[in-house]
Amino acid sequence: MKYLEIKNMKKSFGDLEVIKGISLDVEEGQVVAIIGPSGSGKSTLLRCATMLETMDSGELIYLGERAVTTGPDGKAVFAHPKQLKKIQSYYGLVFQNFNLFPHFSVIRNIIDPLITVQKKTKEESLEIGRELLKKMALSDKENAYPYQLSGGQQQRVSIARALALNPKVLFFDEPTSALDPELTGEILKVIKDLAMEKMTMVIVTHEMSFARDVADHIIFMDDGVVVEEGMPEEVINNPKNERTKAFLSRFLG
Amino acid sequence: MEWSVLLLKLGGGLLTSAEIFALTLLFSLPLGLFVAFGRMSRNPVIRNIVKVYISIMRGTPLILQLMVVYFGPYYIFNVTLPRGYRFVATIIAFVLNYAAYFAEIYRGGIESMPVGQYEAAQVLGYNKRQTFVRIILPQVIKRILPAVTNEVITLVKDTALAFAISVPEMFTEAKAIASAQTTMIPFVVAGVFYYIFNFIVAWVMELIEKKLGYFR
Ligand SMILES: Nc1ncnc2c1ncn2[C@@H]1O[C@H](COP(=O)(O)OP(=O)(O)OP(=O)(O)O)[C@@H](O)[C@H]1O
Ligand SMILES: [Mg+2]
Repeated sequence: MKYLEIKNMKKSFGDLEVIKGISLDVEEGQVVAIIGPSGSGKSTLLRCATMLETMDSGELIYLGERAVTTGPDGKAVFAHPKQLKKIQSYYGLVFQNFNLFPHFSVIRNIIDPLITVQKKTKEESLEIGRELLKKMALSDKENAYPYQLSGGQQQRVSIARALALNPKVLFFDEPTSALDPELTGEILKVIKDLAMEKMTMVIVTHEMSFARDVADHIIFMDDGVVVEEGMPEEVINNPKNERTKAFLSRFLG
Repeated sequence: MEWSVLLLKLGGGLLTSAEIFALTLLFSLPLGLFVAFGRMSRNPVIRNIVKVYISIMRGTPLILQLMVVYFGPYYIFNVTLPRGYRFVATIIAFVLNYAAYFAEIYRGGIESMPVGQYEAAQVLGYNKRQTFVRIILPQVIKRILPAVTNEVITLVKDTALAFAISVPEMFTEAKAIASAQTTMIPFVVAGVFYYIFNFIVAWVMELIEKKLGYFR
């Protein structure tokens, strides 16, 4: 089943067209990595897909349910708020800089959305939260506050927070870019484990070898368009497009 | 004059000062939040009206505002209000004035919040109200506490302005005794009382700050 469909998405900031008609399908269990130079529109694509930004036109569909369609006038039409709320529960997003809630303890960060948004009981939420903390090897940090954690630990909490809501699709926007180099490994490992469990993910990353290892499908974006896409080995080891080659040569040397 | 009489009179005045202080905070702290929302409203009419209100409150002396609230009903509407209106007028003027200051402090605090907090809450499914109450407000309170402390300490001293319309607060009492007895002593004692009052206020605020020190 297609978990995510983006059709001909466009987005401009004033006169600057940032996403110039991007289409993308993500199947259940698939891991898609998005690579590309700075300013190519990767974050904007993710922000439009997670509705943090309102796309100008195109279609956005989760699990066959339409969040955004395009009207006859070519402008994006959003579904009813109630429907959007439901669709919103299908996905989660892990930010580059975590965005944990600093006034909540680690466990509270994870269970508060369960209690406040999903209206689960505290007991049930705690059970889910503790299970995830165990998985993230953070059980001993349950009652710590975010400022007391390393960047890698904070990012693991934020991944747990997103997973707790049981999303169908999980987006990552450069999840290791804000971390010290020695801490990126632990996050990449967590994501690889999730990929093994067949979690459906869309990951923007600058870690090429990670992208090659973890992704089923790689998308190379430049200047608001998909320049090249395909199997990781093809795109990374054997790029066809000149722009892809130029970009990769800077990374792989 | 006997010390006991002096202390009794000043003590009574202090009680009135404390009442002005407490009631002003009770009403202006929440009212300031609504004023801040108005100031940040997307509706330009609301936003500009609130902006003018804040600018007047901050741009003219509180003592003058107090006069306007007290004498306004008589000169503008020709109604005579009962004696007790002095106190009510003081509270109205103080609340309107302090709400404006608090509103600007709240606004500064709210606008200083990183947008990532709103975005994280949105993606997690919090609605607008939940986001504000559960995520934003607690952090804003911590951020603005030092500025609020400043205002609260100023308020203790500002209660003396009620002297202008003869509300029997501590400064009014001190002045009355001082003129009648031609002595400085009531002022010195009142000064000590104000100082102790503020000492306690500062101590309480410090306690609250400590309580909020569990996160950064
Ligand atoms: N809110 C905004 N307002 C105006 N321009 C924006 C906004 N957000 C992004 N842009 C512009 O859109 C373009 C794409 O930005 P985006 O953040 O999507 O790139 P990116 O591929 O994620 O880059 P990076 O690898 O540096 O994160 C850039 O030119 C950026 O300046
Ligand atoms: Mg980006």
